[in-house]
Amino acid sequence: MCTYATLTTDLEGSAKGPASKWFHVTNGTVYFDHPVHAMAEHTLNIDFADPSKGPGARVAVELTAQSARDLIAAIEGALASAPAEMTV
Amino acid sequence: MSDSLTAQTIKITSGTGDQLETYVSSPLADGKRGGVVVIHHLPGYDRATKELARRIAELGYDVAMPNLYSREGEGLDPADAAAAARAKGGVPDSQLVADVAAAAEHLRSLPTSNGKVGVIGHCSGGRQSVLAACNLELDAAVDCYGAFVVGTPPEGFPLKVTNLVDQLPKLSAPLLGLFGNEDQHPSPEQVDELDGILKQLGKPYEFHRYDDAGHAFFSVDRPSYRVAAANDGWEQIESFFATNLGV
Repeated sequence: MCTYATLTTDLEGSAKGPASKWFHVTNGTVYFDHPVHAMAEHTLNIDFADPSKGPGARVAVELTAQSARDLIAAIEGALASAPAEMTV
Repeated sequence: MSDSLTAQTIKITSGTGDQLETYVSSPLADGKRGGVVVIHHLPGYDRATKELARRIAELGYDVAMPNLYSREGEGLDPADAAAAARAKGGVPDSQLVADVAAAAEHLRSLPTSNGKVGVIGHCSGGRQSVLAACNLELDAAVDCYGAFVVGTPPEGFPLKVTNLVDQLPKLSAPLLGLFGNEDQHPSPEQVDELDGILKQLGKPYEFHRYDDAGHAFFSVDRPSYRVAAANDGWEQIESFFATNLGV
């Protein structure tokens, strides 16, 4: 058991996933653990998923810790650049 | 020892009543031999663990590896099944014991069985290997860097896991432990603690601890791979199984 914490959150949006199809995203799972594919010992992993459509309805990303922090900053920056009334 | 093997996925029934995809591999040679249950790691029923199962069959054992995530659906990408199981909190200990029991029973039912069955697991499977040997009658158990056999999971840890200290008096089989000295899960101090508990309990065990190796040093497809530790570890596994699972 190498993971530290698995955090889950409800999401509302879409992702382009298996077979290049778009699907409705309802759940996010975030954890820091060994990656399946990335060449790093540990990564910040995010699953964008719709569990009601089965385990295959998932977009997975595995990011180095620094990349994950950069992504958070980029997301915050993008949200901050938009008019507040559009991002409620 | 023969390099001719069979390998395939079959179905077995867990004590929970669930059907489990199970990867089985056996030498083609006749004759009685021991069996080994392989417990896959947290990433699931993947190619790397199937390779490991075939290597143990090549050592001369019947091998069975139940897909602990079978309940998520059939024929799934292993990473998708692992993600779905993780999101639900992981594999409960009682379910793991039932699944390993079914795999062990399958191995004992084979015409080639000599009646002896061992278990091996890496990472989360290392802890589960010890868990199985504390709750089932087995003949050998191998723990490759399993975390939380001792020690306390962090506050708020969401997976269904506790340490096994209160179960260790029930350990039914000799235990082989293989650990990297640069690992933090389990840390060298936790390996010391486990060593002390087993000694105090009078349980048969042997530990091998490797410098320049951290967690997952057996994983040939990960940056954590350490060839010297992995090669020696495989020799220890071969010798341990020969001693405890031989005819």
